[in-house]
Amino acid sequence: MSSTLARELMHLTLEHLVLVGWALAIAAAVGVPLGILLARRPAPGQWVLGFASVVQTVPSLALFGFLIPLPLIGGIGRRTAIVALVLYALLPILRNTVVGIQGVDRAVRESALAMGMTPRQLLWQVELPLALRTILAGVRVATVTTIGTATIAAAIGGGGLGVFIFRGVATVDSAQVLAGAVPAALLALFSDGGMGWIERKFSAA
Amino acid sequence: MNSNPIVSFRGVSWSIQGRVILRDLDLEIQPGETVALVGRSGSGKTTALKMINGLLFPTTGEVLVEGKSTREWDTVRLKRRIGYVIQDVGLFPHFTVSENVGLVPRLEEWPPERVAARIEELLAQMGLPAADYGDRYPRQLSGGQRQRVGVARALAADPPLLLLDEPFGALDPVTRAEAQRLFLQLRRRLGKTAVFVTHDIREALRLGTRVGLLAQGRLEVLAPPAEFLRSQGEEARAFLACLGEEGES
Repeated sequence: MSSTLARELMHLTLEHLVLVGWALAIAAAVGVPLGILLARRPAPGQWVLGFASVVQTVPSLALFGFLIPLPLIGGIGRRTAIVALVLYALLPILRNTVVGIQGVDRAVRESALAMGMTPRQLLWQVELPLALRTILAGVRVATVTTIGTATIAAAIGGGGLGVFIFRGVATVDSAQVLAGAVPAALLALFSDGGMGWIERKFSAA
Repeated sequence: MNSNPIVSFRGVSWSIQGRVILRDLDLEIQPGETVALVGRSGSGKTTALKMINGLLFPTTGEVLVEGKSTREWDTVRLKRRIGYVIQDVGLFPHFTVSENVGLVPRLEEWPPERVAARIEELLAQMGLPAADYGDRYPRQLSGGQRQRVGVARALAADPPLLLLDEPFGALDPVTRAEAQRLFLQLRRRLGKTAVFVTHDIREALRLGTRVGLLAQGRLEVLAPPAEFLRSQGEEARAFLACLGEEGES
């Protein structure tokens, strides 16, 4: 009995991590380059950040629901869950990338250009290293919230630790609810600590 | 033509959103000179400076560097041939002192041992021996030291021309006087051409071989210091009056 629970716990935790991992990888792959682009174009930048903020305000259960009827990205299952999680993770990553790049000291940028750096050299050697800490802080926030939000993926058949929680709620079994909630909370805490460490380790002066 | 000017402004004007910052500027700078441009804030002196290395381009007229219009220069090549020092220094906070100084040689893909030798030589010239200072970060230096690293960085690829925008403006008076002495020493030793922007008339007279006065975008006076002291224009007299007020040092 307890060994089946342990096995299920392992399985669902892994599923949870896969959901979160995909969502963060996609959100970072989209959010960082988009943020770099938007940092140079303040007008559309405002618009896109505004849109991302609006998405953030949609209650997560509702967002998962909205996505189900959509073709290609919708339906029941993991893919839809990942799409929803990406939408949530995008804002902190996008915003912190924009803020980080725009926050590079004007004098530093001007002297980089005056030294004859090409725009690409300016980006890779100056802007990104100096913005890295802020960008990583955005990824950290996204990680923690995504781990929490991913519990709702179970509602649309996405799997993960939410399976325990929804089953527990349906059967009024608080032990089951805790079996999902406690590991999810622990995952969030550990990743927060880990990301904080990475942030300190890899960020420049 | 008995000599080839390294920089010439030909009928240069610059305006932004209908506001005219520079009007019809003509100016020739000969190799080896230090031209100090003085003027109030907004007189157009920084704008003029930025047009030499192609950070800005004239609205009308043209700026020639080594006989070629800045519009025809490859913008990256032009900037790497000209050293640039600004008041806020703009050292890269995530680079060590050595990395900052070696930046342009590295961008120019000098072999590493030549870059290292150059860094050592320059830091020694600036009184910041590489062994003690090379591995520090800019935030671990005083304002005066940072400014010297800025000058070393500008000199790194041995550019024939140096542009300096209020380079000593943020320094305390004593450090500032030291920096000015160092600048004069370097000029004697290296024979670079320099264009120097400042709002301090005393500094302009001390460091410039010619002093140019900009007022509302026009070059009102351009003369060697001794002659400049005798100018009678209204703006020139206003600036010269500051000399008396500060008292003789």
